[in-house]
Amino acid sequence: MHKIVGHEEVQRLMRDGAQIVEVLPREEYGEAHLPGAINIPLKELDAKTASSLRRDRAVVVYCDDFQ
Amino acid sequence: MSPRAAWRLHSLGFTDVYEYSAGKADWGAVGLPLEGKAAKSVRVKDIARGDVPTCGLADTVGSARMHAGDWGTCIVVNDERVVFGRLFKEQLEGDPNARVGDVMRPGTSTFRPNVSAVEMLDYMDRRHHETSLVTTSDGRLVGLVLREDVERAVGRRR
Repeated sequence: MHKIVGHEEVQRLMRDGAQIVEVLPREEYGEAHLPGAINIPLKELDAKTASSLRRDRAVVVYCDDFQ
Repeated sequence: MSPRAAWRLHSLGFTDVYEYSAGKADWGAVGLPLEGKAAKSVRVKDIARGDVPTCGLADTVGSARMHAGDWGTCIVVNDERVVFGRLFKEQLEGDPNARVGDVMRPGTSTFRPNVSAVEMLDYMDRRHHETSLVTTSDGRLVGLVLREDVERAVGRRR
């Protein structure tokens, strides 16, 4: 079960070293993304692409607010 | 999309997963920085004047007028800087003993900090506005944008 968080909690998680992942397509990520976020489009999210993430650190996923 | 991603990560064995459901639209709307191509363009948060005069609902118009000085406007806020309305020149020149809350213009249009200067100028052109209020998504005052600042940022004049 994951936890839904707001922007203040995201900032705290960032300070604590969380991995920030935008799951929108590359073009949208290229236009604008959260500081330090990496891009793993949802369609490509699988064991292989997720292997770039560390399991011992928190992961925050986001897209836009309407998708 | 992000709920599916969070659940997918769980299915892949990740245990410390968070979903920022409001997403990057919210991030920009509260004035936090973004990276990327579009993020490099000037946003209204970059040019909003945060020192715009403010007053409270219970203040008198006379007091607000003193605060307003040469600005010709005073933004009505509470202690948390949440915007309730605005006094324009017309209201500021009214009865000095009247309460701000009784004469203010409520419902004034506001814009989020991540609106681009280009979008802002288009709006001002269409509505013939000289100023616009910028607030966060939870209604807190960021500042007042002046047409001259927007035009300078965009690099064009009427």
